Amino acid sequence: MKLTGAQALIKSLEMEGVEVMFGLPGGAILPVYDPIIDSTIRHILVRHEQGAGHMAEGYAHVTGRPGVAIVTSGPAATNIVTPLCDAYMDSIPLVVITGQVPSAAIGSDAFQECDTTGITMSVTKHNWLVMDAQDIPRIVREAFHIATTGRPGPVLIDVPKDVSMQMMDWYWPNSVDLPGYKPTTVGHPRMIKEAARFISESRRPVIYAGGGILKARAAEALRTLAEMTGIPVVTTLMARGAFPDRHELCLGMPGMHGNYTAVTAMQKSDLLIALGSRFDDRVTGKVPSFAPEAKIIHVDIDPAELGKVRRPDVPIVGDCRQVIQELVKAIEAMGGADSQPDRTEWMAQLRQWQKEFPLHYEQSFDEGGALKPQYVIEQLRDATPDDCIVVSGVGQHQMWTSQHWKFDYPYTWVNSGGLGTMGFAVPAAIGAKAGMPDRMVWAVDGDGCFQMTAQELVTAAAERIPVKIAILNNAYLGMVRQWQEMFYEERYSEVYLSPDLPDYVKWAEAMGCVGLRVERPEEVLPAIEKANSIDDRPVVIDFRTDSSEKVYPMVAAGHSNDDIIVDPAHGEGGR
Amino acid sequence: MSPSAATPAHHTLSVLVENKAGVLTRIAGLFARRGFNIYSLAVAPTDDERFSRITIVVDVESKPLEQITKQLFKLINVVKINELDPDESVERELVLCSVRAGAGGTRGQVIELVQVFEGKIVDVGPDQLTVMMAGTPAKVDDFEELMRPYGIIELQRTGRVALPKLERQAPRLRSVSGKVG
Ligand SMILES: Cc1ncc(C[n+]2csc(CCOP(=O)(O)OP(=O)(O)O)c2C)c(N)n1
Ligand SMILES: [Mg+2]
Repeated sequence: MKLTGAQALIKSLEMEGVEVMFGLPGGAILPVYDPIIDSTIRHILVRHEQGAGHMAEGYAHVTGRPGVAIVTSGPAATNIVTPLCDAYMDSIPLVVITGQVPSAAIGSDAFQECDTTGITMSVTKHNWLVMDAQDIPRIVREAFHIATTGRPGPVLIDVPKDVSMQMMDWYWPNSVDLPGYKPTTVGHPRMIKEAARFISESRRPVIYAGGGILKARAAEALRTLAEMTGIPVVTTLMARGAFPDRHELCLGMPGMHGNYTAVTAMQKSDLLIALGSRFDDRVTGKVPSFAPEAKIIHVDIDPAELGKVRRPDVPIVGDCRQVIQELVKAIEAMGGADSQPDRTEWMAQLRQWQKEFPLHYEQSFDEGGALKPQYVIEQLRDATPDDCIVVSGVGQHQMWTSQHWKFDYPYTWVNSGGLGTMGFAVPAAIGAKAGMPDRMVWAVDGDGCFQMTAQELVTAAAERIPVKIAILNNAYLGMVRQWQEMFYEERYSEVYLSPDLPDYVKWAEAMGCVGLRVERPEEVLPAIEKANSIDDRPVVIDFRTDSSEKVYPMVAAGHSNDDIIVDPAHGEGGR
Repeated sequence: MSPSAATPAHHTLSVLVENKAGVLTRIAGLFARRGFNIYSLAVAPTDDERFSRITIVVDVESKPLEQITKQLFKLINVVKINELDPDESVERELVLCSVRAGAGGTRGQVIELVQVFEGKIVDVGPDQLTVMMAGTPAKVDDFEELMRPYGIIELQRTGRVALPKLERQAPRLRSVSGKVG
């Protein structure tokens, strides 16, 4: 069968089971947009290519399937660099297709030419410049394989216009031939035994669960391990939901804005069982003083993570689910729960910290009492189904959401962790809803973040993707304001945004959404309930929240986790 | 000490890569963005046309060798990496050097040195000679130092290439990590 390169590309995507892709056409990708008309794949037309990339990420986060975005050359390719980098940092499987100028024009500074593979080399797991249409099925097959296996990540295929128009003989490869790509998935049995022994000897262990648990679909296995051994679990920003927050062994989020117990439990532990986590600086604080007495078991599918920051005592390269299952077997062989030492003292210490240093805020219902962002989040949490998908932007609102939500199911929390990309929430929520249309999807966004990508609500309205957006409008680039307040003597430099410029309600309405405004605590719940009842278009609620509220606890950048600052309004300040 | 002498902080990696467009960029880019330093680099096709071999001398004072090899290995086109221990490998480098050597003056001395080092005169000008010499990197260092007093006009070294010594009893080739074979 003879096909054009463009037809082969779309057919290859269909062969890979792609259901939806996010994109925007232009000159160099024109030939590829023609067969889209006849394809089974749903195309969602975005308003900015960055939106396409983040939508693909949101889709991938909640479905576990690779997100697909398709854009043209030059400015469109550069517009999608941010989502590629975001996906690279958070190990999100993406397949991005870019148009390129005709191959004969490459290198001539042709109209809308840019060196897409060069620019994206450092933010993709791999990329390809296709020079022959005959290679397209093979490359698409390789691209999906690489994006979704091992440590997942984004890949990019750059397709010159003439290659899209070139005729090729259709085929579909039934395997990939990549001599340099063989991820290790099975953990070393001796190391797993060793890990079981370390666990059975530890009095103060903590499971340090990272995003790799979700990537490996290992939440069930993790729960089995924790319950069998009785070991408490912290879930990093990327792993919220990987272990139920309401579980008695869950300590919540560690790190710069983690809760006191999670941070301090790691600091004082004698064994950290790092599962799919990477000792990120936002978790460790100052590395030399991080968990000084802890031995380390480190499980990761990416060998380069082992020893990158902290040398593990027991390094295990492998898929988290496989390794945890084997670890459970190894512990069972040693006697299961009976093999575990008495840890009542440790657990009592943790309970004590939890009691002494809970998350704290106060909502006043008096006339003139400012609306607290944490109150909004808790009301939203309690008024939505447990499996509601929550997406956030980057800033204070992100930290408050991660702290105050109760994540009891995996894949209910979508955020930009590694790159911290403002503007992530709106498009990622749209992508998540496109992937999980039957689930309720709320984005909790900052006023600053919202203004970066809000135009994608036009996409959502046009495509009938009814996401709901709660803007925690504190009139500031709040997180930056917080740092200026705490570390720059309250010298506020370029962080004021204004609460009513833009008018978020009018803006929402102009984009085909319902817009609501909330100023008082009593209005919070009715507004949320109204939003929940609307299912035919997106809803935006402008919550006017307290500008002066800060995120606590906090470990200042570069400081030791021992120097955690709890809310000064709570207790004597400091620890 | 010669500025070019490979110190103990240097390690030689022999990297087998797929012969695909952009492989060298991927490797150089990885070194740049991860803060690894390349001391020298030599690339050429192997006897199997699908693969090329890159010999990289890395400066491990910047980052531990283990991180460098692990990150390199994540590149899809990197097939195999061997760390070549200088004691257990054969290393060679070639240098071309144009040096002042006037007919009535130092020319005789330069020619003599080239002969001592088993080098060759590859070009002759009225006041200059271009000479070539190949040997172990240390020997090339020595040669360069001895040429310097005569007045080096231009000098180009290839960077080292290396292969493991042939096996006699125990295997000497330490495979850092191998995805094939
Ligand atoms: C694209 C981008 N630019 C700048 C930053 C730096 N930054 C981090 S948080 C933040 C403030 C975010 O403001 P807003 O969305 O209003 O959230 P808030 O902190 O007020 O909740 C900024 C500017 C960033 N993370 N991303
Ligand atoms: Mg704000």
